[in-house]
Amino acid sequence: MKRFGKLTSLTVAALATATMAMSGGAQAQSDPLKVGFVYVGPVGDHGWTYEHNQGRLALEKEFGDKVKTTFVEKVPEGADAQRVINQLAASGHKLIFTTSFGYMNPTVRVAKKHPDVAFEHATGFKRDKNVATYSARFYEGRHVAGLIAGKMTKTNVIGYVASFPIPEVIRGINAVAIAARSVNPDVKIKVVWVSSWFDPGREADAAKTMIDQGVDIIMQHTDSPAPIQVAESRGVWAVGQASNMSAFGSKAHLTAIIDNWAPYYVARTKAVLDGTWKSGDTWGGFKSGMVQMAPYNSAIPADVVALAEKARKGIIDGSVHPFAGPIKDQSGKIVVAAGEVAPDGMLLGMDFYVEGVDGKIPK
Amino acid sequence: MNVDFIIPALLTIITASTPLVFAAIGEIVVEKSGVLNLGIEGMMIVGAIGAFAVAVTTGDPTLAILAGALSGMALAFIFGFLTLFLLSNQVATGLALTLFGIGFSALLGQNFVGKVFSGLPKLNIPGLSDLPGIGPLIFGQDVLVYLSVASAVLVTWFLSRTRWGLALRAVGENHNAAHSIGFSVTMIRLAAVLFGGAMAGLGGAYLSLAHTPLWVENMTAGRGWIALALVVFASWRPWRAFFGAYLFGGITIIQLHAQGFGVDVPSQILSMLPYLATIIVLVLISRDDTRARLNAPACLGRSFHASG
Amino acid sequence: MLIRLEPRGEASRAMVYQSPLIAVVLTLLASMVMFWVLGTNPLQAIHAFFIEPISTLDGLAELLVKATPLVLIGIGLSLGFQANIWNIGAEGQLTLGAIFGGVLALAFFDVDTPFLLPAMLIAGIIGGMAWAAIPAFLKTRYNTNEILTSLMLTYVGLLLLSYLIHGPLRDPDGFNFPESRLFHDAAVLPIIFEGTRLHIGWLIALFVAVLAWILIVKHIIGFQIRVIGMAPAAASFAGFKEKRLVWLTLLMSGGAAGLAGVIEVAGPIGQIVPVVSPGYGFTAIIVAFLGRLHPIGVVLAGLLMALTYLGGDSAQITMNLPNAVTGVFQGMLLFFLLASDVLISYRIKFGSARTRESTA
Repeated sequence: MKRFGKLTSLTVAALATATMAMSGGAQAQSDPLKVGFVYVGPVGDHGWTYEHNQGRLALEKEFGDKVKTTFVEKVPEGADAQRVINQLAASGHKLIFTTSFGYMNPTVRVAKKHPDVAFEHATGFKRDKNVATYSARFYEGRHVAGLIAGKMTKTNVIGYVASFPIPEVIRGINAVAIAARSVNPDVKIKVVWVSSWFDPGREADAAKTMIDQGVDIIMQHTDSPAPIQVAESRGVWAVGQASNMSAFGSKAHLTAIIDNWAPYYVARTKAVLDGTWKSGDTWGGFKSGMVQMAPYNSAIPADVVALAEKARKGIIDGSVHPFAGPIKDQSGKIVVAAGEVAPDGMLLGMDFYVEGVDGKIPK
Repeated sequence: MNVDFIIPALLTIITASTPLVFAAIGEIVVEKSGVLNLGIEGMMIVGAIGAFAVAVTTGDPTLAILAGALSGMALAFIFGFLTLFLLSNQVATGLALTLFGIGFSALLGQNFVGKVFSGLPKLNIPGLSDLPGIGPLIFGQDVLVYLSVASAVLVTWFLSRTRWGLALRAVGENHNAAHSIGFSVTMIRLAAVLFGGAMAGLGGAYLSLAHTPLWVENMTAGRGWIALALVVFASWRPWRAFFGAYLFGGITIIQLHAQGFGVDVPSQILSMLPYLATIIVLVLISRDDTRARLNAPACLGRSFHASG
Repeated sequence: MLIRLEPRGEASRAMVYQSPLIAVVLTLLASMVMFWVLGTNPLQAIHAFFIEPISTLDGLAELLVKATPLVLIGIGLSLGFQANIWNIGAEGQLTLGAIFGGVLALAFFDVDTPFLLPAMLIAGIIGGMAWAAIPAFLKTRYNTNEILTSLMLTYVGLLLLSYLIHGPLRDPDGFNFPESRLFHDAAVLPIIFEGTRLHIGWLIALFVAVLAWILIVKHIIGFQIRVIGMAPAAASFAGFKEKRLVWLTLLMSGGAAGLAGVIEVAGPIGQIVPVVSPGYGFTAIIVAFLGRLHPIGVVLAGLLMALTYLGGDSAQITMNLPNAVTGVFQGMLLFFLLASDVLISYRIKFGSARTRESTA
């Protein structure tokens, strides 16, 4: 087993954009392109994996007979991942999406053995000639949700049910804090870590706990709709995660940040079919449709909806950036100066809380 | 620190603990009869989907609760048939039952992901349920919470005061002797296993009907294992299992509160507390208790064949 | 009752080997019915589960890679189970082994020495032993039941790994993502067949199985373990030091699990990650009993169990069967295997029972 050279800097992505001749383009029209998906959860998790699977189904709908999709669900992020990815590559899949961070090194290793297969790894940072990476700027959605929350809170405390202290989650917490405090400087964010992506009971307990401590808006970066249900029964607001969760609490559900992988999956599959697939890094947000907001709750006043929509459109046209300076960390130190925006490198590896978030990052 | 949150926190603790109470007390009865069923997790998750499927389809909470119990029982029957009639190894069969149950529940649940159920109705006695503090705590729970308390009372009574309870314990202590005085060891054990399955099913039903009224795969998230540990914690006494479940549930909630208050300890360390506390409390209560091991049924885990 | 069990005078030697075959045949028949009910081609599904995964050299190598931790842990646990010591916390001991060995690899990240790998393996064993020593201490000193302590410590161990990997052990160049650096070549287990992932961990597992066989069959300690499991009263009468056996079996099973942990991180994974094991510590309990607590049986059972996981992947890839089917299928296979053991000590008789008692 070898160590592989790492593309640790985002700027080195230039290397990764080198074109590669894809055998997919040369495929006969009658032979469907086999597209493989590796999922970390069950497709029935109603969260992260569920949305990736919706993207897969969109592929089938878009291309019909021209593609044949396969998925393997509940693949552990340890030694098993590499075997499964390799098996997909060996069984004729020419485009493989590996949809969890923990598949990064296994994906890169398998890609070395299968230079004629295009790999797409979600949320990672290592690329290769035939390994592209993609992720979504969910923080754009959290910015919009944060604005609404800042306006809607009466107690000025927003609760955040969090999974694990990784940059992705911390970035979301900070985006909410910055946005909420921009419209309501008294807002504080309480964070409770449940040390799991997926444990409905514990997510519900964490939401209840924070409501008992005076939180009147529940946000979450875990996968189940349990916190929404709690908010509904307790009469507080909530923001859904990954998909529209209003079915689980129509009164409480302010909006939701929706993962929408379909446009990316369709585009990348089309590229392989056309023979134009290239490695690269895609970090899409509102603009590319990867991130969407669920319909706003009718209880939100019109001016707040207008504020939210203005921000959303601003993010699309580039006039608004969720991490625009001045941004202070918890100690009050300026980390992003006025007039500047946080560079992607800082966002990608974010491991500090901004001002207004209670507590410390567990590390 | 504001104390207004204490009553709501206690309410949260009750919901966190109730599934564990059901599963642990059921397993106590099973183990008291001399059978070790490690498949609690599997029976719970099948109980959860069984109850939820019926709840969504019929909208009737009573039928849903029954369905949860019956689903757990159906799975327990597989275990009982294999271990009692075909004398298969109990430990391995129980673990296989968990594998089977998780897969089977996922198959059954495919069409119920994303469906909603309004939850179990809460008791509402005008006047009493509105009393400040104890009102919602004592008079404002759903039926399963009361049933979980009742099960601790009834199982204690059954095991210690009734003839059948005595028979069950006799079978667990010495199956050959029990057999020779005319008890049907296999049938008593099968009844105990089925009861344990029904209780685990109720624990699962509580999760999918009351705690978080929804269905998602793996939603029991390891609670069956905690219930198993609580049986040991309780030295096979139902009331101690009840106490253990509330200790575990209580510390789980308290550590979430501590996080919410911004206690400066990493969350992973705080999350260890329920497990560590259970160990420490067990050490303290079993420290001088040389009888603790004697309370374990002597025939636990041993197969029995009548003419053997 | 028309069918009943009649005890054989002594265990049937033939059935020891035949009963698993009978079980496999029954599983095949039952699963064909299941697949038919699910609307898939039964023969194709059986092929996907049992043949396809091992139809290539790569597949065979993967089978051994998957079986390695199951066999290692299963061997260790079977020692304790024979003495009625219920270590069900192997998952936690595995995790500590991975942490201990992995930390060593990271601490000597820049050092290229052939001693690093052996040192890591020893550190892994020590890590697993240290975690198993807690239940051993609490049991021998405070009479605390090891089922509870070993299980609870599993969760503590997993949270400890979570804490470390989200903090101190993170890759300094890894954008604060929760994984360590990739180990240096000197900290990665050598590959047996180039081009596959088969590493020497499999040979280590076989070596441990041989050691366990010698211990249990030839050594006085093995004899004591078996006696204490079957007849505790006789054991104490014979003056066996029960506490010493509690320590020994827990340390041996913990050490084996810790070794499995470090082999996973130094083998197929090559770094410390938040999820080192998908529950090998629990699955290995089944493997131990499926192998009838005998080292050779455990090796075979580990291979069979590994095959069902690989088969599950294949069934998803070639048949589009959901993962849930794998669980149901595994459960059924195990049910049949465990149930057919009854044929070793009993024979099935058809016809009415002679006495009422024997119908129970």
